Amino acid sequence: MNERMERDLVIIGGGPAGLAAAVAAAENGIDPSDILILEREPELGGILLQCIHNGFGIHRFGEELSGPEYAARFAKRVEELNIPSMLSTMVLTLEQGENGRKEITAVSSANGLTEISAKAVVLAMGCRERNRGALNIPGTRPAGIYTAGAAQKFVNIKGYMPGKKVVILGSGDIGLIMARRMTLEGAKVQAVAELLPYSGGLSRNIQQCLRDFDIPLLLSHTITKVHGKERVEGVTISEVDERRNPIPGTEQFIECDTILLSCGLIPENELTRQAGIALDPVTGGAAVSESRETGMAGVFAAGNVLHVHDLVDFVSEEAEMAGKSAARWLKGETAEAELQMPVRPEGVIRYVVPQTLSLPQKEDVRLFFRVGQVVEKVNIIVSCGDKQLYKGAKQKVLPGEMESVTVKASALEGLTGEQITVKLEKR
Amino acid sequence: MVDVAVIGAGVVGALIARELSRYQLSVLLLEKADDVAMGTSKANSAIVHAGFDCVPGSLMAKLNVDGNRMMEKVTEELSVPFKRNGSLVLAFDEQDNETLKTLLDRGIKNGVPGVRIISGDEAREMEPRLSEAVTAALYAPTGGIVCPYELTIAAAGNAMDNGAELKTGFTLTGASYENGVWTLTSAEGEQVQARFVVNAAGLMSDTVAALFGDTDYQIQPRRGEYMLLDRDQGKTVSHTIFQCPTKMGKGILVTPTVDGNLLLGPTSENQESKEDVATTAEGLRTVAQLAAKSVPSVNTRAVITSFTGLRSCSAGHDFIIEPSAHSEHVLHLTGIESPGLSSAPAIAQYAVEKLGEMGLELAPKADFDPIRKPIPKFREMNEEERRKLIEEDSRFGQIICRCETVTEGEIVRALHQNPPAHDLDGVKRRTRTGMGRCSGGFCTPQAVEIIARELGIPVEAVTKCGGSSKLLFGKTKEGGRDE
Repeated sequence: MNERMERDLVIIGGGPAGLAAAVAAAENGIDPSDILILEREPELGGILLQCIHNGFGIHRFGEELSGPEYAARFAKRVEELNIPSMLSTMVLTLEQGENGRKEITAVSSANGLTEISAKAVVLAMGCRERNRGALNIPGTRPAGIYTAGAAQKFVNIKGYMPGKKVVILGSGDIGLIMARRMTLEGAKVQAVAELLPYSGGLSRNIQQCLRDFDIPLLLSHTITKVHGKERVEGVTISEVDERRNPIPGTEQFIECDTILLSCGLIPENELTRQAGIALDPVTGGAAVSESRETGMAGVFAAGNVLHVHDLVDFVSEEAEMAGKSAARWLKGETAEAELQMPVRPEGVIRYVVPQTLSLPQKEDVRLFFRVGQVVEKVNIIVSCGDKQLYKGAKQKVLPGEMESVTVKASALEGLTGEQITVKLEKR
Repeated sequence: MVDVAVIGAGVVGALIARELSRYQLSVLLLEKADDVAMGTSKANSAIVHAGFDCVPGSLMAKLNVDGNRMMEKVTEELSVPFKRNGSLVLAFDEQDNETLKTLLDRGIKNGVPGVRIISGDEAREMEPRLSEAVTAALYAPTGGIVCPYELTIAAAGNAMDNGAELKTGFTLTGASYENGVWTLTSAEGEQVQARFVVNAAGLMSDTVAALFGDTDYQIQPRRGEYMLLDRDQGKTVSHTIFQCPTKMGKGILVTPTVDGNLLLGPTSENQESKEDVATTAEGLRTVAQLAAKSVPSVNTRAVITSFTGLRSCSAGHDFIIEPSAHSEHVLHLTGIESPGLSSAPAIAQYAVEKLGEMGLELAPKADFDPIRKPIPKFREMNEEERRKLIEEDSRFGQIICRCETVTEGEIVRALHQNPPAHDLDGVKRRTRTGMGRCSGGFCTPQAVEIIARELGIPVEAVTKCGGSSKLLFGKTKEGGRDE
């Protein structure tokens, strides 16, 4: 009880990002016994454990796995490599200590308060769902309003039905998945209302979770009033104009006992903020270099805590990059960068990860970005000053789907500009 | 039969019950909702007013200033967070300047300590984010902030620890008097008997008074909508920032809360219903707009919840605390609108004095303990305190609500300590479980299981706030896994 530990690498979060980062660090020369995964839930796997539908791993494994199966593949590797973890353990604080060490305080019932001194840290805390309060939906405050993820936990893990007649606000993937899941469990999903003129969810989910079950998707609609004193009794749904304001006269009442919210995910960076690490206001995650190192030397971030991904496959990929970078950093193999060049989005591009690029750069660098609106027939252009570093055509870019481009290391030589910009150009 | 039945477990009723529990009396606190602090005491500005708004000479003026002065002691005894952060009333034009002078004059007459008018620049020096348009401000150093439902819960709990009884789910529908004994009947037909009755029913105090033959009181519900912002906005201002009051109230305020959030509101609008606490798009827009008038940089996108509270206004806009004109041994408290919270400790004392005048024997109880042992707050403890707590009970090492750092141990305490929580919202108000930025998205399933386990009820029977506010509709097709 109340022990004090020292570790080379501490990974905060044992979901897909944390597990992949741990495996990558071990495979890149860090002794597994010098790694420690801290997970707040009683099992490794993170939110994947409640995602019992399939569709995970198509890119990575070339097959369709369920969430728990996908998580198990990484958890198995962690076990094979003998990477230790502490479960049901919540990290309370992360601080910069002496000699560049990171001091972590965690708590659990089993071990009480634990202090861990780490040389390097990977942040992999994932994200949370935007809730009713943040959406500021007017009306009463009865029982029966859940985020889609909370409903998913009740149904898939706890075995309880959060409602029988459902309206879903927001067409994010979890909402779409829950529309199908609730239907399969005998509930009636009355409608999915989406504020935007397009869905933020994956096209395959719209087909497989809504259309296949004849669930109406009301685009450019939102809930303008919640009804019901003790339990939800219905919602008023209104159409919205281009500025997303409800159009008077379009109100319709839909009876329901449950409202599920699937209105976006927010990286969970309470700890990051508390540690004093700078965040990107658009992603809500830390600002990182191409190695996924944050503003605090030796602290890396990957997965949904950094920016919200569409597919877990890409979370794993990014986390492997962070785990590998942490291993290199620990081994002193990281070349001292002469310059951190800012990478900035322009126009409809909302953000780019990484936010900076270390120069000189010996490796090709992938830039990930997301747009704020649907744009068709575009060229993606990466440039620095007058120099074009990348140009590629794209038929259509969607806010719901993350894009990426690879900039060749050769293109990054001898840059004279002050920043790298990523923009779209109409073809 | 009890000596005194107090109707209504809001902040006033709870503090009266506590005040009565100092004496050799049996006390019964009756509440129609599933928990204490479910009416006006749950949703208001959470302000301890300095006392410059009230008309000099009114009962309100006296009890406000007295209540403000008493707040330190009562909150310390009850372990309720209270902060004297000072308040500013802003002036934007000549008319506002005149209002400030009136308020200053009232403040001086009411005996508000240290109240004074400062320039716009001085105000901005105190509060750098104030609007450039502010021309002057009334500064009252004794203004404060307190958590209204925590105060109510703690007062009821301390009263119970000292022998008072709490009965929730008791809606008073009938009262009869015979041989010096009142028989009070609930909507469900339950009956309790008491020698004295205190009507502290807030919004319903006129309806309750009518049951005792006093039909002259009339309460006008006045709605006020609020927005509560994330803790990361809590330092936007340090003082409570008012605008000049109007006939409809004290205007939109911007204030930190004792829990570190930022509170904006309220709107002010009379309505018919004493129950409708729905928020409206228009109301919330008004709150955001008017808050920005005082503090232009206020970030209303950081809202974590919004709510509506109902003030219980009387025609004369003064507190009415008087014996029934038609019934013996009945004391009415009605028209307890703002600054009711600020005045509550003084109102309770005043009410008990009145009861004494009405013939209630007030013999002090030797073993009255004014100190309430609070539920430990893990998030506010230092490392040593945390270690000690977990050693005593390892459930304090299990974080359930990650946003507010609430442990299982705290939730368990909330379900057993006086006054015990019966539902999810009760646990939330006592521990802040689910009150953070994810609004229970992660912790609700776990909290529901703990409530069911501790209360010995099925998970499906757990409610949000009593009645038919059930959270779950039975098991899934496969029936769930066995835990």
